[in-house]
Amino acid sequence: MLRLDDVHSGYGQSQVLKGISLELADGQVAALLGRNGAGKSTTVKTIMGLVPPRRGAVLLEGRRIDGLPPSRISRLGVAYVPEQRRIFSYLTVRENLSIAERPQSAWSVARLCEMFPRLAALMRQRAGTLSGGEQQMLAIARALATGPRLLLLDEPSQGLAPSIVDAVVDSIAEMRSGGLSILLVEQNLEVALDLADSVYLIDQGNIVFSGSGRELRMRADLQARYLGVET
Amino acid sequence: MWSLLTVQLLNGLVLGMIYALAAAGLTLIFGMLDIPNFAHGAFYALGAYLAYTVAEKSGSVALAFVLAPIAVGVLGLAVDTFFLRRLARAGHVYQILFTLGAVLVIQETIVLLWGADSLSVDVPSYFAGGVEVGLVLFPYYRLFLVAVGALTIAAVWLALERTRYGAIIRAGIEDPDMVSCLGIDVARLFMVVFGLGVALAGLAGALIVPVRGGQPAMGTQLTGLSFVVVVIGGMGSFAGAVAGGLLVGVTQALMTVFYPPASQVGVFAAMAAVLLVRPQGLFGIR
Ligand SMILES: Nc1ncnc2c1ncn2[C@@H]1O[C@H](COP(=O)(O)OP(=O)(O)OP(=O)(O)O)[C@@H](O)[C@H]1O
Ligand SMILES: [Mg+2]
Repeated sequence: MLRLDDVHSGYGQSQVLKGISLELADGQVAALLGRNGAGKSTTVKTIMGLVPPRRGAVLLEGRRIDGLPPSRISRLGVAYVPEQRRIFSYLTVRENLSIAERPQSAWSVARLCEMFPRLAALMRQRAGTLSGGEQQMLAIARALATGPRLLLLDEPSQGLAPSIVDAVVDSIAEMRSGGLSILLVEQNLEVALDLADSVYLIDQGNIVFSGSGRELRMRADLQARYLGVET
Repeated sequence: MWSLLTVQLLNGLVLGMIYALAAAGLTLIFGMLDIPNFAHGAFYALGAYLAYTVAEKSGSVALAFVLAPIAVGVLGLAVDTFFLRRLARAGHVYQILFTLGAVLVIQETIVLLWGADSLSVDVPSYFAGGVEVGLVLFPYYRLFLVAVGALTIAAVWLALERTRYGAIIRAGIEDPDMVSCLGIDVARLFMVVFGLGVALAGLAGALIVPVRGGQPAMGTQLTGLSFVVVVIGGMGSFAGAVAGGLLVGVTQALMTVFYPPASQVGVFAAMAAVLLVRPQGLFGIR
């Protein structure tokens, strides 16, 4: 589904990604873990075309997408849920969804309402007035409305109450069983290990570990060194 | 005294409607595209001259009010496609320099085609006469101008607030990159917004000709005022631009009665007053 080959990118003078390679198979969930500032969000933004790669290749189903603008990448079936959610706060919930919706999308606004009943009740409300958890659901629903094959999720559990984190995890599990491929950025190790088929650890713009969730669970040394997990 | 005040209030409404139209266009361009369009007044002047010529050649004033803004809008589409969008990659400073240069090009083109002298245009014959306000006659044409301005603003507002395309434009004002991530070609969206923005300036120009005639540099003052109105109303806010435009127009007209020398300064005083109380402008969103 997705492959990154020696991807370098950054902002202005600063080089952030120094040769990222990773692979995500069709219908799978890969988690990207790392400390603050490791380059997780930059990786996702580079895939989406928001930050142009300086070297290397990004391939979607074997086709190079690096260098394309975000709108083209979205049309090829990639959707993005950003870290800060970036919902359109002056639009209503319905408008946030309807500007994203595409006719051929498997996730119609009606289906999204079933999946996120809380949103269904808030359709006419201005999105800026939603709680953090509701905004996160809206950001996910908005991404799904474009009918993606690959979803890029940047820290969906960040800053949410535990009960809401559970709801978000459930919705991600439902998306996976719907056949969606997902690249999940997380700081919450438990959330990531729960959902992911494979795990990548990133540090200072380099991939320092790749393997299964089970392997990482047993490697307390890696967790301590790259995630700051207390042992 | 009361009839004079009423008439001045009406005149303020006329002036305010012109400012509201121009500033509504500028707030879209400035708020969403982030292009400080210093050529806004030049597009207004072009709208005025084109309307004059269309009315002259076709004998239809109605046609002039339709065709002139459309022509200005189409020119805007071309200017955005061939210049501004390419310059965006080079940085904002180049876009600003370009719009300043465009003022000269448009003004000189007007001088070449229509001459450097002022145009004076009679109010179309079927608008002759006016309503009596006390001892003063308030021309029908000015009422018509206010009505056309109000209807246009209402139509654009409805399109922005009630249609999917309008929602996309509002989303683009807030976060263009995110709109792009939803698969929407933001460059094309921006082109349409630029065209719409200058078409509104063109319509303002077309409407003002029978009141004030035309001069090649007639837009210079309007550009500055439009920026003031946009700031008063709040960057990117359509409602703010309309309210700000009306406020500035009425303020100017009333100042003319009470203390004429202050009629220009008053506008900036109004801006300062608004910004002191609400730094983000009347309806500002950022
Ligand atoms: N827009 C930007 N301009 C310049 N530098 C940036 C920008 N965004 C991020 N950086 C820098 O790039 C590096 C990687 O940032 P990135 O956001 O990818 O980290 P992250 O792994 O997502 O961290 P976090 O867990 O805090 O979200 C950091 O050093 C950061 O300061
Ligand atoms: Mg991040």
